[in-house]
Amino acid sequence: MNQVTPFLRALGAVVWKDLAAEWRSREMLSAMLVFALLVILIFNFALELDPVGRANITAGILWVTFTFAGTLGLNRSMAVEKDRGCLDGLLLAPVDRTAIYFGKALGNWIFMLSVAVIVLPVYSILYNINLFQPGLLLVILLGSEGYVAVGTLLSTMSVQTRTRDILLPILLFPIVIPVVVAAVKASGNYLAGLEMAEIQPWLNLLIVYDVVFTAVSFMVFDAVVEE
Amino acid sequence: MIEVRSLVKRFGPKTVLRGLDFTVEQGEFVALLGPNGAGKTTFLRILSSLSRQSLGEVKIAGYHLPHQSAAVRRRLGVVSHLPLLYGDLSAEENLQFYGRMYGVPVLHDRIGTVLELVGLAARRRDLVRTFSRGMQQRLAIGRAILHDPDVLLLDEPHTGLDQDACEMLDDVLRQVAVRGRTVVMTSHDLARAQDLASRFDILTRGRIQASVRGADLASDGLLAFYRQTLESTAQPAREARPA
Repeated sequence: MNQVTPFLRALGAVVWKDLAAEWRSREMLSAMLVFALLVILIFNFALELDPVGRANITAGILWVTFTFAGTLGLNRSMAVEKDRGCLDGLLLAPVDRTAIYFGKALGNWIFMLSVAVIVLPVYSILYNINLFQPGLLLVILLGSEGYVAVGTLLSTMSVQTRTRDILLPILLFPIVIPVVVAAVKASGNYLAGLEMAEIQPWLNLLIVYDVVFTAVSFMVFDAVVEE
Repeated sequence: MIEVRSLVKRFGPKTVLRGLDFTVEQGEFVALLGPNGAGKTTFLRILSSLSRQSLGEVKIAGYHLPHQSAAVRRRLGVVSHLPLLYGDLSAEENLQFYGRMYGVPVLHDRIGTVLELVGLAARRRDLVRTFSRGMQQRLAIGRAILHDPDVLLLDEPHTGLDQDACEMLDDVLRQVAVRGRTVVMTSHDLARAQDLASRFDILTRGRIQASVRGADLASDGLLAFYRQTLESTAQPAREARPA
């Protein structure tokens, strides 16, 4: 209990700090949102599809949008820490450094879900598809968690290089292929109204990915941030 | 308070610190002087547990680095030439955040005390990005002493400050130092260092080459001592160079 309280206090402080700073600047969230909305608009006009075709590609468009918008957010979230030396300030605190990782990851997850909350109704209107299905929302929760777990760790690594803006997607996308594929398949199957037996394997893959990569990030974060 | 023995730091094939020995007693204010690239910042990053030594022993307040780094960090305050503050948070919010990270008890009262000490109580609700560089650096000192550390590490805290801001910063540093804290400060400004510190160590070529107490120096003696040390340590290299 004595160990858990400082851990949770530090984790909460990092999340509070990220949300408070973003509330003031609105730099990251607005960039992610504008980008995400532009992507779905471009797809809407570029792919003039019939209703069946639209239903088939919805999952793919949604996850392309979340993935690219998420990369913008991950880069920005860590760049703020690096540019004014604040990452050192965090690392100097006498807390378990994984609390910093989980705080940053939780903050990034909240930002990514906030983008989803705006994108889903806009997409529903543009494509005339009901996306507010509990199963799809569960897939978005699981998929974005896995994406953010890996992305937060890799953005901590890439932000320490001169080419951080281009390095993050190069490092991140190959590693998140399983989570994106599973999320697209599970989302598509939910939207197509398939049986749970056909969706379950993809959900299982998402859960396993989330657990494994959250655990790996937990174990290696300390080594990643140390010079 | 600080004991360093045979410290070596390598970055790949390059050796920056070569068997450095360094001891600081409790309450001493040590200025660490040396040319660019001497390894001052690297040394301070090792002392602050942000970097790991390649070889050697580092002990602060009885705790060993890197194995007891959390215990060391609890007793350390660090100020660098970067403020380590969030521009989109107010002065008070920045201190609230760091206070929570350090588990400072009665945080609200402590923040008030610290802001008074660094002369920013009237600007407590203003965003840090609206502060001048000098104000940010004073707030950075407030951040560093918020948890009442035994040891303060200052890495060129005057960098980028104008004369007035430097003097205000020095006033704050004097107030902070008289409270029995151990302070190690790197600097290029010899006059300012002589004004603040009680001991001066010259770090060059990866080692502490000379050390002198302020009481043993004439009022303008630090510059002569510094130059003499650099020349004497540069001599073997010059002699070794082919004609």
